[in-house]
Amino acid sequence: MAERLARLRAERITARFGANAAVKDATLAFPANTVTAIIGPSGCGKSTFLRCLNRLHELSRGASVEGRVLLEEDDIYAPAVDPVSVRRRIGMVFQHPNPFPTMSIFDNVAAGLRVNGRRSRAALAESVERALRGAALWDEVRHRLDASPLALSGGQQQRLCIARAIAPAPEVLLLDEPTSALDPIATQSIEELVQGLKRDFTVVIVTHNMQQAARVSDFTAFFYLGEMVEHDVTTKIFTTPTEPRTEAYVTGRFG
Amino acid sequence: MILRVARRRLVSRVMTGLTVVTAVLALLPLFAIFADLVIKGASSLNWDFFVQNPPAAGALGGGVANAIVGTLLVVGVGSLIGLPIGIGAGIYLAEYPDTRFATTVRFVADVLNGTPSVIAGIFVWIWIVRPMGHFSGFSGGVALAVLMLPMVTRTTEEMVRLVPNSLREAALALGYPRWRTTLTVMVRTAWPGILTGGLVATARIAGETAPLLFTTLGNLNFKTDLLQPMQTLSLQIYVFATSPFVAWHRLAWGAALVLMAMVLLLGLAARWVTRSRVSRG
Repeated sequence: MAERLARLRAERITARFGANAAVKDATLAFPANTVTAIIGPSGCGKSTFLRCLNRLHELSRGASVEGRVLLEEDDIYAPAVDPVSVRRRIGMVFQHPNPFPTMSIFDNVAAGLRVNGRRSRAALAESVERALRGAALWDEVRHRLDASPLALSGGQQQRLCIARAIAPAPEVLLLDEPTSALDPIATQSIEELVQGLKRDFTVVIVTHNMQQAARVSDFTAFFYLGEMVEHDVTTKIFTTPTEPRTEAYVTGRFG
Repeated sequence: MILRVARRRLVSRVMTGLTVVTAVLALLPLFAIFADLVIKGASSLNWDFFVQNPPAAGALGGGVANAIVGTLLVVGVGSLIGLPIGIGAGIYLAEYPDTRFATTVRFVADVLNGTPSVIAGIFVWIWIVRPMGHFSGFSGGVALAVLMLPMVTRTTEEMVRLVPNSLREAALALGYPRWRTTLTVMVRTAWPGILTGGLVATARIAGETAPLLFTTLGNLNFKTDLLQPMQTLSLQIYVFATSPFVAWHRLAWGAALVLMAMVLLLGLAARWVTRSRVSRG
């Protein structure tokens, strides 16, 4: 695992809501162009940990973070770092599809590009098409790019959100239970998509669905009660985990 | 057992009936007012009514052109001042809800919302009319702005807060700066609601009379100079209805109908704005 260079590395992350620590001293590295799944029962801190990786957690009321997150060589928590610039390098897709309802499908995908600076209309259209193709949505929406995203199905909306996240070409893509609000068919299409996304991105996916983790990820980290219990190659986690707690969880004895 | 069911059904019917009765009672005054206005005011409406100024006391004919224009101007000034400040303050309250300053502003807005409108008039009289030395349409506009400010502020705040936080997070995760998230996502999404709140507040102040007594004063002549005393429909109704002249009474009824129609139109516009949002969504 250590033989591959880590694109993103979280070191001794402790995340709090007020005095209550949701993540305790978690250290985890994400090798470039791999999919890492973070699993664990509800309330184990996996989503909070994910939100520390793009400095979103600190925006919650009373939230605080300790530790370092290294993106390549840069500590994104260094005092001089602007969180806005961090979030342009690390894209995120949320649990529930959240396209901007006032923007067209095209403008949703273009949103992250426009905020990164002006571009020519042609360049914008090209990037939007590439992102929509990357999210396997292009063929379904190419003739209605000006339509409202709310006219799309839930699964299409989530793929639109993936297109929006990958359009500005971030280095890392964070997925926070991206299929928990979707039906099995839409879930399958997203899972297939995630497999392909690792060609261009370093993907971190939080999921409460162990089968999903087993299907899509190269590495899996198991979180329990705010602690990072075990992190290893996915097949090892699901067949011969080292920690008894991991084994109990993946065999369905709790959670 | 059967008895109990029968009893329960009876109670249910009685309660449903009671709610229907209260709903009718609540609507009754509105219909009564509107019917009365149409019956007594419609006959006053003719071309002259809209283009002529009031006749001399006791004389027949004439119209309320001065009051219609005056209402538009004074309410226009009120909205021009009240809407931008109210919307801005509302956005601030929604985006920084927990700061001590926001808590204070919210409290003051709520108190101001319950303040009798006549006090707004006195306040503007002290701070604008007295230093200026004379009554004016402008000072009336300021009084109306003071009245609409808390309404617009609070509805704007509510509307922005209704926007799901997931949209804010989506924008921030894309690398939107805070200000851009607020304006292009939160406010943009809440905009139809904000606009509706603004229109409702404008309709509310269009009918205000008390704050204008000390500020706009009223004027039997046609004036478009905002620094001069001005007539508004509400003031005209107040003065003409309490006068002893039959011709003025008729104009007052007509003016009341026109004012009501203007408010209704604003209300319809507000509904139209929200509906167009639903169909787009």
